[in-house]
Amino acid sequence: MSWFISPRKLREQGVLGMNQRNIEYISGYNDRRLFPLVDDKLKTKQLAMSAGLTVPPLVGVVEYQHQVNSIGELLKSQDAFCIKPSKGSGGKGILVIHDHDDQSYFKPNNQALTLADIKRHTSNILAGLFSLGGQPDKAIIEYLIHFDESFANYSYEGVPDIRIIVFKGFPVMAMMRLSTAASDGKANLHQGAVGVGIDIVSGKASYAIQHDRPVAKHPDTGMLLSDICIEGWPGLLNMAARCYEMSGLGYLGVDIVLDARQGPMLLELNARPGLAIQIANNQGLLKRFDAISALEDVHMPPEQRVDFVQRSFSA
Amino acid sequence: MQQKIPFYLLVILLICLGLGSAVYRHINLEIPWLPGETREVWSVEARVEFTALGEPVIAQMAIPETQQGFTLLEQSTASPGFGLSYLTEENIPAVRWSTQDAAGKQVLYYRAQFLLDAQQQRPWPDAPQVLAAPILSETTALVAERLIEQARLQSADQITMAAQLLNILQSDDQQVQLLLQDRSVEEAAMLLMQLAAIPARQVTALRLKNSRRNQDSRAYLMVYDTVHDVETEDQRVAFFNLATGKEGRPQRLLIWELGDRPLIDLEGGRNTRISFSMQRDVAPVQQALEQKYADVSAMQISLHSLPLEEQKLFRGLLLIPVGVMMVMLMRVLVGLRTSGTFMPVLIALALMQTALGAGLAGFVLLVVSGLVVRSYLSRLNLLLVARISAVIIIVILLTATFSVLAYNLRIVEGLNIIFFPMIIIAWTIERMSLLWEEEGGGEVMKQGGGSLLVALLAYVVMSNQYVQHLTFNFPGLQLVLLALVLLLGSYTGYRLIELFRFNALHGRNRNAAK
Ligand SMILES: Nc1ncnc2c1ncn2[C@@H]1O[C@H](COP(=O)(O)OP(=O)(O)O)[C@@H](O)[C@H]1O
Ligand SMILES: [Mg+2]
Repeated sequence: MSWFISPRKLREQGVLGMNQRNIEYISGYNDRRLFPLVDDKLKTKQLAMSAGLTVPPLVGVVEYQHQVNSIGELLKSQDAFCIKPSKGSGGKGILVIHDHDDQSYFKPNNQALTLADIKRHTSNILAGLFSLGGQPDKAIIEYLIHFDESFANYSYEGVPDIRIIVFKGFPVMAMMRLSTAASDGKANLHQGAVGVGIDIVSGKASYAIQHDRPVAKHPDTGMLLSDICIEGWPGLLNMAARCYEMSGLGYLGVDIVLDARQGPMLLELNARPGLAIQIANNQGLLKRFDAISALEDVHMPPEQRVDFVQRSFSA
Repeated sequence: MQQKIPFYLLVILLICLGLGSAVYRHINLEIPWLPGETREVWSVEARVEFTALGEPVIAQMAIPETQQGFTLLEQSTASPGFGLSYLTEENIPAVRWSTQDAAGKQVLYYRAQFLLDAQQQRPWPDAPQVLAAPILSETTALVAERLIEQARLQSADQITMAAQLLNILQSDDQQVQLLLQDRSVEEAAMLLMQLAAIPARQVTALRLKNSRRNQDSRAYLMVYDTVHDVETEDQRVAFFNLATGKEGRPQRLLIWELGDRPLIDLEGGRNTRISFSMQRDVAPVQQALEQKYADVSAMQISLHSLPLEEQKLFRGLLLIPVGVMMVMLMRVLVGLRTSGTFMPVLIALALMQTALGAGLAGFVLLVVSGLVVRSYLSRLNLLLVARISAVIIIVILLTATFSVLAYNLRIVEGLNIIFFPMIIIAWTIERMSLLWEEEGGGEVMKQGGGSLLVALLAYVVMSNQYVQHLTFNFPGLQLVLLALVLLLGSYTGYRLIELFRFNALHGRNRNAAK
């Protein structure tokens, strides 16, 4: 195996590159006006709720510094929660607490934090430490997602999420992200999470990578990744497809998590989805985009779009 | 594709405008494409010496002006006790010294600086009227007549005829001797010109030779050919050395005076003597041109017309686009990640103020010690603004400390550390320390190294003397850069690192696998 792949070959494979993504897809299909809707998780959440999609329930929002002091009261009612910056990205500033006793707050790796730690983290979020461009931000406190039993052995200390790329409303490619010890319980690929390519038709694993290189087993649990199969896959595809009408973005990354009790939930939307999904699926995005661009009439309801995808993109 | 056409037109337009203005400046303002070219600047000094008679003195001396091949840059005089004025009499520039009373030996100096300038094409003054010849004795008139007749037969026009006449004057011919009996060669030459109706001037010229003192001026005859080229108004002139009769103007022959007059006109003194000394300087083109165009129209105004301090500022400013361009190249074509998009340019700018090695060492020292302090701050539970402010203060303190230390250790370059943009460094430290906390030292090394690498590249390009010369002297080239940036900004091909990143995507034909 050589060190690099020739540009010609990449083009043959229909691989979407960063420059082309930025110019032709992000600027081409995503109206800048709409970015704040997806860059602000709180707005996305409200939008999704009014569109009738399930989202992780909101415990509270901390908007001003003085509210930080009373955060203890807010957290009392919750035995598990997640604090995140509303305008964060790439897993930055996300604090998951899976248990607490009003004195110590436990991270998934059982590291204990004090209430002061939580407060400091929250004021960092408010000051814009984790948000795009350092702008002041809000801290969202969310219901902790309990992941589905079927994935218990596939993820190390974190909730796996499912990323689906939606082009003009058609879900075209999917990937599951499993956190690892290396990724510190977060499911962000560049931090070392495992990306599992999911066949868009069946919801079964097709390929897997870590650090952009193929893997067969989960590095921490040793589970065979090719056994992964997502229950109720068409439901997820439908959810992803509906995000198009909801957000108006033509090139969209939809992040979905599977909650053990409430089923699939929309975690966040992304107007600048990354390109690693192509490696996880061992397949370029461009051919699928082209197939959709070639359609004469793309104005169909979400179910029909999912139908079309499942008919055309069979593995 | 349709909206692409105006885009490419714009790019082409920008490139043409930019290159056009550069070519214009090259041709019209003679700015060379490459740095390091030099020009000769001659300082010529006339020393006027005379004995004053103890009464009012007026000394008026003809002075040279810009002419073909020479551009006058500046002139000055040294003449203590004398009043001074510059004047122009019958189109001939002169300097006039005057004083109420002076006695004994007096010395006056006039000094001019000339740029040896092949581009200088100022036309010579128009041909003078041919004056009626003075009344001559019969034999002389006859001899002159004969000589002119002889020359006319052997010539084609006024200039060749003048050449023939001067040639004849050099011979030992008896008739010539008769003519020269009671007049000098110069007078005889002028006389023949008058009789032959050839417009000519007797001019005083100087051969410029480096580091000469006590030189005398030379007499030249300047002959006009008015018969030819009347329509084109392009008058031909030729110079003849009256001492040798040879035709031609040597390259460094400065015509001092072309008014058919004595060089100096003195009242109230005697024993006048003028001698010349000259000195050659080799000046960088920039400096020479600066003086030459010191007072031309706004159209041609260049950054050279600004005060030196501001020029320096602009030199730096005009380099920034080049640095920005390098960052773009690295990001768009290669795919390197830097912490803070254009921070590398700022680092590069700072490096240019310092010596490279010392600058790099200073930068790394600052950032590392800043990181150490910052890691303590992060335990203090501060607000972000407070933390950044604290880091800024600490960076400044560190800078001061290092400067003093370096100075006392006699490391002069150490002082240059103050050129680093403090606020930028503070932010860099803050970002890097966050990056460290969140993603570990590896990522810090990656982004920090990437930034430094790009900064170094930008530094190498920005400190290149050719780049500096071009950006400063041809500001129009910024438009070309702009065009390139636009082009780069619309490049949709793969980045270099993507060829490695997507390496795992080696062909697997999914349709065939089914
Ligand atoms: N409510 C939650 N409960 C449990 N884990 C969560 C929750 N929210 C986020 N996470 C974890 O954090 C990761 C990143 O969250 P996400 O909302 O996508 O933020 P980002 O925009 O930074 O990627 C998720 O993949 C998941 O592993
Ligand atoms: Mg995410």
